Amino acid sequence: MARTIIPFGPQHPVLPEPIHLDLVVEDEKVIEARPSIGFIHRGLEKLVEKKDYVEFVYVAERICGICSFIHGQTYCQAVEAIMNVAVPPRALYLRTIWGELSRLHSHLLWMGLMADAVGFESLFMHSWRVRERVLNIIEATTGGRVIFGSCKIGGVRRDIDAACLKSMLTELDGIERDIRDITKVFIKDSSVKKRLGGVGVLSRQDAHDLGCVGPTLRASGVAQDMRQLGYAAFKDLKVEPITRNEGDSYARCAVRCEELFQSLNLIRQAISKIPESEIAVKVTGNPNGEFIARTEQPRGEVVYCVKANGTKNIQRFRVRTPTFANLPALVQLLQGCELADVPVLVLTIDPCISCTER
Amino acid sequence: MSSGPDQTFETIPLQALLEKVAELRKQGYRLVQIGATRLPEHVELTYSFDLESRLVNLRFQVPAAGARVPSISAIYWCAFLYENELHDLFNVQVDGMAVDFHGHLYETTVKFPFGSTKAPAAKPAPAAASAPPATPATAAAALPAAKH
Repeated sequence: MARTIIPFGPQHPVLPEPIHLDLVVEDEKVIEARPSIGFIHRGLEKLVEKKDYVEFVYVAERICGICSFIHGQTYCQAVEAIMNVAVPPRALYLRTIWGELSRLHSHLLWMGLMADAVGFESLFMHSWRVRERVLNIIEATTGGRVIFGSCKIGGVRRDIDAACLKSMLTELDGIERDIRDITKVFIKDSSVKKRLGGVGVLSRQDAHDLGCVGPTLRASGVAQDMRQLGYAAFKDLKVEPITRNEGDSYARCAVRCEELFQSLNLIRQAISKIPESEIAVKVTGNPNGEFIARTEQPRGEVVYCVKANGTKNIQRFRVRTPTFANLPALVQLLQGCELADVPVLVLTIDPCISCTER
Repeated sequence: MSSGPDQTFETIPLQALLEKVAELRKQGYRLVQIGATRLPEHVELTYSFDLESRLVNLRFQVPAAGARVPSISAIYWCAFLYENELHDLFNVQVDGMAVDFHGHLYETTVKFPFGSTKAPAAKPAPAAASAPPATPATAAAALPAAKH
């Protein structure tokens, strides 16, 4: 049978960000998929040569518009490890709270996009309505909705007072009710189930061998979650990786649904245990050394390699984002799939291209 | 260099790369990343692997002008993405990648933004016929065999 190459992207209704795929198809079956990125490469890693290491937190945070806070946090953790900075415990808890709020709004964003991709418009709107409630908390506590600007080397810039934490708990109860309603649809609705069930199965072995991370890995039965490394306040909180064994698109959706409740639970744990202390320590001197910091972003493990040589500029700053690690799996998932499943499979790894290209 | 109980850096000779990587693969390590640092005359390459949250980093340097390393994508298929990145950003030639984007993974305005400003090494003679670099057309066919 004759083969046809169908270009998919960089602009496509299901793509929030530009990625291009050359899909080699036979009839309606995808034989090969070849991704191309580079449409929004910003060279942010190179900026370390111009911005000093303190100022660079702002750049790190701007790598992504969704998990911005965790990018800044991971950079800070790497520099703090090199400089042996003891971050005050309250700051660690505040970082945890903002990190989990980031996960909540990121997963809700993804759920909206997935609902839209499968043609479930009302579910898309409900998902984003709930996400708005999370963004309101973020705005109330940091002043920003996308870029928090709250993390700095040595701690955080803002505190959350007791009254605000209390009102956050009340708001979280309402958000949980909403999330329960919409996740019920994602998990139980027959049309969603039929659209995602059995589509793009990734075995446990393949997920591991392909270097997958985050929900893409956990949905194939691998219990790996960087929060178990115990960074920030996670050493004091109970974090059990959410896993499924089916390895298909439905399982990846179900993992994200369950992780919403996990994040709500972690925020509540953090609020109940948050200690009184300063929120930052003064950091002097320049970093000299090397550290690889890893945290769990909504899409999975992010890796920050920071190498410093005692000057005010970091010598090398390298980020491996979760989407970058999940792209090889996407290439494999697309091979042999139906053309109509391509949008679902692309979305199923929750691609973040601006992160990936930096 | 900072090393902790959860991350170690091992300096290896370039010639030992494939053997070391194969050994880690056999032990069940996951490929976490391949990164590079531009030094005055060299490029420092770091290959990171994880097993049960322990990070092992293999490291070596190659001369920046005409930097050339073998691909590990026959051992870890997913390495092709990192290796194409090494080429496009650092001008490191990687021999035998499972999927070769031929310099078009990143379409940067500045060619090799992190790489050597010196003239790239002359194009080498084709590799041995037994292990030719995979082309986009052969990548799909090569995938199952290369991965396992």
